[in-house]
Amino acid sequence: MKIMLVDDSRTIRNIQKNVLKQLGHEDIIDAEDGVVALRLFNEQPPDLMLVDWNMPNMDGITLIRKIREVNKTIPMIMCTTEAEKSRVLEAIKAGVNNYIVKPFTAESLNEKISQTLAKTQAATTTKA
Amino acid sequence: MNVRYINPFVRSIRNTFETMCGLPVTVGKPQIKESTEPGADVSGVIGFSGDAAGSLVLHFSFETASKIATKFAGVDITPEHDDFADAIGELANMVAGGAKAQFEGLNISISLPNVIVGANHSVSASRVTPRLIIPCDTEVGQFQVEIGMESTASKTTTPSTVAQGVAS
Repeated sequence: MKIMLVDDSRTIRNIQKNVLKQLGHEDIIDAEDGVVALRLFNEQPPDLMLVDWNMPNMDGITLIRKIREVNKTIPMIMCTTEAEKSRVLEAIKAGVNNYIVKPFTAESLNEKISQTLAKTQAATTTKA
Repeated sequence: MNVRYINPFVRSIRNTFETMCGLPVTVGKPQIKESTEPGADVSGVIGFSGDAAGSLVLHFSFETASKIATKFAGVDITPEHDDFADAIGELANMVAGGAKAQFEGLNISISLPNVIVGANHSVSASRVTPRLIIPCDTEVGQFQVEIGMESTASKTTTPSTVAQGVAS
């Protein structure tokens, strides 16, 4: 499984990478903003994305909307400091499958990723 | 500065440093910033705009910033490390975002973080006065959180105040 991390903070991407590696995920790519992420998405389509909201060049909500225009199924998790209910609803409307508020623990990140993958797999199995 | 803005910052400081760095923070009594405040070596700055405007600045010494960034990133981060400013900026971002989420009913946006690195510098962060300094203590050293924030509603003439003005 290929996982893409999108966050303008390299420290956050490294923390996320470490958690994912502990969970056994080795195929990880990353991007520092929405523009780079969109290019990578087309070149090396991932199976799961973790996306920050506030980034330079193209923010996370714009990236998610653009990806949903061409791909309805890829699981996307928003990981952001934007914690207001209105923001969560806006992200869900844009097409995210789950939402993590920073600051986060390794356990909460692990739980949300597992939850998202389980839901996506269940949906795929039901359709099949 | 309205005192109702203080507690969300205090809660967010504690939550951010405890969750991301494993560092419980003892928060001291907020004080009004004096112009003679000594400078910091590292400052993480975030601006607020919208229904309330102002800024937040995290002030550290080099030593404390390095220790906190190391706890945060899980690898040794000295001021020369490529990720040093990034780590401090992200901590400022989390403190600001966590506080913002607690301002119910206010639509506030935060800027991307800026980080200033240089021995004994000062930051002229905002025209909002007075600015408060929140002293913070951890097992790896002390740091300060400076906040200045005010409602922007008082600076604009709302339809209701216009109506009242006409009536009187």
